[in-house]
Amino acid sequence: MTTASQNFSRQGASGADLSPSEREENAMQAFAQNFGAYAALNLEACIHCGMCADACHFYIATEDPKYTPILKAEPFKQAYRRESGAFAPFFKLLGLKKKVTVDQLEEWQELLFDSCNLCGRCSLICPMGIEVAELIEIGRRGMAEAGLAPKALAERAQHQAETGQPEESARPYPEVLNEIGREHEVEIPLDKDSADIMVCLPRTDLEQNPESVAAMARILNTVGADYTFRSDALIAENYGYYAGSTGLQKKITQRVVDQAEKIGASLVLVPECGHAYTALRWQAADIIGKKLPFRVRHITEYLAELLADGKLKLGKVNGDSFAFHDPCQLVRKGGIMDAPRELMQAMGVDLREMENKKGFSFCCGGGGGVNDLESARPLRHRAQELKLREIDDTGAKRFLTSCSDCRVAFNDAGEHFNWDKKTESLVELVAANIKE
Amino acid sequence: MTLLEFARGPMLHFALIVFVFGVLWRLVSVALLGWRKNRAESRVSTAKAATGGAVAVGNRSWPHPEFLNRTAFGEAVGYGYHIGLFAIVLFGTPHVVFWGNLFGIGVSWWPTLPTGLITVISIATIFLMLIATIRRYMHAPLRRISNFDDWFSLAILWVLMVSGVWAVLGLGGSKETILAIHIISFNVLLIWFPFGKLMHAFYIFPSRFITGYKHEKKGAAS
Repeated sequence: MTTASQNFSRQGASGADLSPSEREENAMQAFAQNFGAYAALNLEACIHCGMCADACHFYIATEDPKYTPILKAEPFKQAYRRESGAFAPFFKLLGLKKKVTVDQLEEWQELLFDSCNLCGRCSLICPMGIEVAELIEIGRRGMAEAGLAPKALAERAQHQAETGQPEESARPYPEVLNEIGREHEVEIPLDKDSADIMVCLPRTDLEQNPESVAAMARILNTVGADYTFRSDALIAENYGYYAGSTGLQKKITQRVVDQAEKIGASLVLVPECGHAYTALRWQAADIIGKKLPFRVRHITEYLAELLADGKLKLGKVNGDSFAFHDPCQLVRKGGIMDAPRELMQAMGVDLREMENKKGFSFCCGGGGGVNDLESARPLRHRAQELKLREIDDTGAKRFLTSCSDCRVAFNDAGEHFNWDKKTESLVELVAANIKE
Repeated sequence: MTLLEFARGPMLHFALIVFVFGVLWRLVSVALLGWRKNRAESRVSTAKAATGGAVAVGNRSWPHPEFLNRTAFGEAVGYGYHIGLFAIVLFGTPHVVFWGNLFGIGVSWWPTLPTGLITVISIATIFLMLIATIRRYMHAPLRRISNFDDWFSLAILWVLMVSGVWAVLGLGGSKETILAIHIISFNVLLIWFPFGKLMHAFYIFPSRFITGYKHEKKGAAS
């Protein structure tokens, strides 16, 4: 039987072996770094109404109360009350709040990683306005520093910080990119010394959806964009963010920032990847401690801007009906509400909206690194069943999204449930209908 | 000194001191932790984001339609008994007199509701509190996340409400003792207030505002 601890890296983010007391100490330090006023307000305002459970697909699918989102923040809350809350000395002196132990952290691994996509739907339902997902993210940061982040995420974060790639590949990614260009007969600029736009790629597209990579290059070539990919900052995903390691997230972010600065880019284009957008658009500046010297836009935002400026002309798709999945990090948490719909409208897409759409969309089930956790697969499938049913209920024939991580999750669920739909890329649809 | 005199006198004064300083300290202790600088490029101006925060303070009181089918009952019960409590505390004649004495102000201008209506509201509030208490025990996520704070706060409220209705309806026993119990439970509520979840009465505004403000900056759903 696999125990929770076997899933852990048992190594700190720095790679050093840690004793249980060091793990506890590291977790406490990571928590302490996050004891800001906003986090405190989020913890203090909770009235234990349990409503967040009603927004979480893991609870809705299983009805297991341990998946109540705010419960996932418990170790951080405990640490806050003991170390930094208004009556911390009192709680500490009387032993009313115990130290967070390594056993407790291990127990919380499943709740913080396997059963949370950081999708933020729980934050929308809270009557107190608590940003529950942010508390869970802080919980993950404590786990990472304690060396208790799941191995699959911690190791990839470490590898990406050191090499730029989350893991070894049969061939280096720049070679893969060049080959995609040759195979799809599209020019893909790589490592230009200067360019106005630097573009990154989802690892999953390089490996599983090369046509998406080619589609993006085809669009950028058609609109005459001055852009390049950079070998040293090719990958968009930030595994440091997934694993909760602030240090590794910073290193991975810095790699992108350095390359963009080196070529004088004024814009970094994030491909169809939700978490990459969160990590670069909303967290990068804070994590490196200075404003970014360039703008960050998601590819759908950029294309919608071009469309509005008349620089992108699109033809009409055939009469098929489409459902569209709003990726949580792009839409609910990222604010890209209209861009995908503007593109679809320009192509005359017969869009059949889901019951829960835009900011209220259910997550694909794979976000927050959950796609990478084999241990999370059975639970993920239960949550995904809800989503697939909602997509089917639209009556649409085809299914689109704008995040490669979501595509991976839907493809896996589709295979598991023998689903009759293939998850398609919005960018590919744009590329197929672009007018020269 | 009788029990009632004690409840109305030194105990009330002590409770008020604990309440005022405790609440202030809880609020200040959060602010002292400092606000993180947000360096990401905002989608909107600070003024627009602040408007978003103000809107969130109001609209979080009403659930989004997407969640209503799962939360309507819990919300109706929760808001129901809170509205009942506010009505009793703010518009019940004995309470208005109490506030007038406490703050040393004339209350002839302060509107009150007829005693009969306040009694009906009180009984309805107790009924809703009963549902809320049972629900806290029966509803799996609620029970899982409930702690001493939740149960103790509810217990104080129960004593406060039942003793109040008991005194008004004259359901037996010494009226003075029942009234003393009512005031003592109020004092206990004031003393407990800064230490537990009752502080949500103050945290609700900054919590909603800042989340709304941050979401507006990102253009995120709120």
